[in-house]
Amino acid sequence: MLKNLTAKGSGLGYELIDFVNRFSRRNCKKVDKKQLFKYAFIKSIPIMCSYLFVSMAYGILMEESGVEWYYSLLVSLSVYTGAFQFVLTTLLSAGASILTIMITALFMNSRQIFYSLSFVDEFSSMGWKKPYMIHTMTDETYAVNCTLELKDAEKKQVMFWVAFLSRCYWMTGAVIGGVLGQIIPFSLEGIDFSMTALFVIIFLDQWEKADTHKPALAGLAVGIISLLIFGENQFMLPALIIVSMLLVWYNSRKQVAVE
Amino acid sequence: MMRSWYILLAIVMSALITFGLRALPFVLFRGGRSMPEWMQRLGQILPSAIMAVLIVYCLKGAKSNPIGIGIPRIIAVAVVVASYKRKHNTFISIIVGTAAYMIMLRCM
Repeated sequence: MLKNLTAKGSGLGYELIDFVNRFSRRNCKKVDKKQLFKYAFIKSIPIMCSYLFVSMAYGILMEESGVEWYYSLLVSLSVYTGAFQFVLTTLLSAGASILTIMITALFMNSRQIFYSLSFVDEFSSMGWKKPYMIHTMTDETYAVNCTLELKDAEKKQVMFWVAFLSRCYWMTGAVIGGVLGQIIPFSLEGIDFSMTALFVIIFLDQWEKADTHKPALAGLAVGIISLLIFGENQFMLPALIIVSMLLVWYNSRKQVAVE
Repeated sequence: MMRSWYILLAIVMSALITFGLRALPFVLFRGGRSMPEWMQRLGQILPSAIMAVLIVYCLKGAKSNPIGIGIPRIIAVAVVVASYKRKHNTFISIIVGTAAYMIMLRCM
């Protein structure tokens, strides 16, 4: 989702790569750790802008729905996935069953499988950082990791810093949001729309990159039909399950057609 | 007491499932075993369908409460789409859309 945002910061980023390249050529030694951190920080600036705001909205939302701030912090620390955290808030305040929460997590976050897939080899050679890298893979860090123009050890170091910084932004925002929710005197009703806005933006990004719009349209159609059939409070799980099944079926049919 | 156990259990289970999903490829495809092609294609098409369901989820109150939720949300979504098409800036689009929605809630 941050493809274009990163482009904004990349002017500076490219200069830095250039610097890093020249530096490493001249010295034929490992690049300064400080320089790598600086590069990672510049790369992570777009993530900072959206994470701070979105997680602040998340913290406020948790606070407004009557869940204490330390729970928001715990969720941000242990679950750490933007979209599902918002949905979890509404599930918790509606008192949904643990099983419903688990199945929703399973289907909503199934997209994470496909992000980690691209980095199996690189993460596997990162030693003690491997579990941390797996845990901190999000829509946004994935997008930024895909744009890094470095090699091997340097790339791994930068990926680690990007993951670490992004997580710091996310946690900071959640805590600030929780506190703001308590002290702001006027109602923040409607702040939850930031979640909708985030989904719409991710959707638009995927729409622009896709070579077929059928899956996106199928998602909309199944969502709306399920909403009409199952009602507001029940439709999300059946919709997620039906659309996943539908795509697996569509995919296998297409493959048979190819063969 | 009941409530805090419920919240804690929900968080722990969500965290375990989410980590499990993220780690799954590392279990399945270690040692250079590559991913089957059907799965690669599923990876390209699944995320956008899931996002679409999530957008419907966000607009779910539109039918039962068209004036309070439906119209303001749909207008605010249009604001997000228009601003993102023009500027392609996530941060600006989220702020503009959310502000538009919060203002409409108070004026309508």
